[in-house]
Amino acid sequence: MKFTEEHEWLDADGDVVTVGISAHAAEQLGDVVFVELPEVGTSVNKDDEVVVIESVKAASDILAPIDGEIVEVNEAIVEDPGKVNEDPEGESWFFRVKAEDLSQMDDYMDEAAYKNFIG
Amino acid sequence: MSDEDETALKRTPLYDLHLGLGAKMVPFAGYEMPVQYPLGVLKEHQHTRAKAGLFDVSHMGQVVLRARDPQAAARALETLVPVDVLGLGEGRQRYGFFTNDHGGIEDDLMIANRGDHLFLVVNAACKQADIARLRAALEPDVQVKEITTRALLALQGPAAEAVLAEHYPAIAEMSFMDVATLPLGGAECWVSRSGYTGEDGFEISVPEAAAADLARALLAHDDVEAIGLGARDSLRLEGGLCLYGHDIDSDTTPVSAGLTWAMQKVRRPGGTREGGFPGAEAIFSELAESCAQKRVGLAPEGRAPMREGVEIFADKEGGAPVGRVTSGGFGPTVGAPVAMGYVSTALSTEGTVLYGEVRGKRLPVRVAKLPFVPQGFKR
Repeated sequence: MKFTEEHEWLDADGDVVTVGISAHAAEQLGDVVFVELPEVGTSVNKDDEVVVIESVKAASDILAPIDGEIVEVNEAIVEDPGKVNEDPEGESWFFRVKAEDLSQMDDYMDEAAYKNFIG
Repeated sequence: MSDEDETALKRTPLYDLHLGLGAKMVPFAGYEMPVQYPLGVLKEHQHTRAKAGLFDVSHMGQVVLRARDPQAAARALETLVPVDVLGLGEGRQRYGFFTNDHGGIEDDLMIANRGDHLFLVVNAACKQADIARLRAALEPDVQVKEITTRALLALQGPAAEAVLAEHYPAIAEMSFMDVATLPLGGAECWVSRSGYTGEDGFEISVPEAAAADLARALLAHDDVEAIGLGARDSLRLEGGLCLYGHDIDSDTTPVSAGLTWAMQKVRRPGGTREGGFPGAEAIFSELAESCAQKRVGLAPEGRAPMREGVEIFADKEGGAPVGRVTSGGFGPTVGAPVAMGYVSTALSTEGTVLYGEVRGKRLPVRVAKLPFVPQGFKR
């Protein structure tokens, strides 16, 4: 699993990368009350705003961490946004993207580096 | 934030208690205040509606007005507020607001008749301006004294009465908007049965030396949790209560804000003490002829919250804005987004479907009745 400075995690299975937000991010956001996911089939470029997430406090964007095509989204967190707080690094993933260039993941932090990053 | 800013922030007498409870502290109106505790905003909100929540509202301004003749203090205050202060009975409190020459609202406040003096509670962000306004208009005939040696706690929720009754059984005899001096936690407390959540509850002005012990004693009850500013905001929003600086300000009038219920008949046209407060002419003209915009409840039909600043349109496409959201978010008790804001009077009828523009998309929002949740006041 890799982590971005924007507090997303990426988990590659072949060229399909699952993306979610870190437990640290979920805790900082507070109770999530709204999630808007992209449509399956959407082509995304790294740093495109692909997800809107709102907590009781504020709205935030989630950026695509990698170029590719959205192949699956997690409707369960749209139905029950509170799930994001319950299991952010597992069951409550956001979307899966078929990556064009997996080497884009090389720039991201491993778990140890991310832990260090968030202090 | 720079170190300088941090040192400039004030702390309430409950600061150490907040840290001990694991609160997340944020700057608010010049104070370091708890925005949430480990329970989290959502659960703090729900706990307050189900049982009881304890809030530190010591940042708010507490002011005593005293004159040789108590009636003189009431009469003097009436020159600043469109409220019947003279007719406020001893041991009673009412809501009011300071108006300006245009009929706008400079701050909203609580006014209590405590026998030989009036006790005011004003917003933290406005307190210095309020005190200056009071001094300029009332002194020297009326003494204006800011109370800086007392904390202010609020215990809110359906269990509040039972919790306080363990300390003072006769608390149950108080009705909504009654005020009394009671011994709580061994200290002389100034208690009112009121609050800012839409629930039954009490606000307790307590000497600062006794404040943390009283707070701990109340928190020791199984039904009581500490509640931060985050849940305070969602509770008051569902309760349809205005937040000064957002839902009401120096440009909004009591008529457009839907607060004319707080202007008693004696202060209105034809009343025995008609007018005599800043902006009376502007407010009376709006009372007679209506105003351009009105404050309404707004219930987004989808799941996306519509927050402060969202523009409201009459149609799904085109046209100029017909209103704006002044407070909005997720309503944990409603289980859906809730908001309030101002819309053109012609479009302010309950049930009217309008569109709020969120991230470039116009989403349907219905003009809704306020409050969003039934009030739990003990009348």
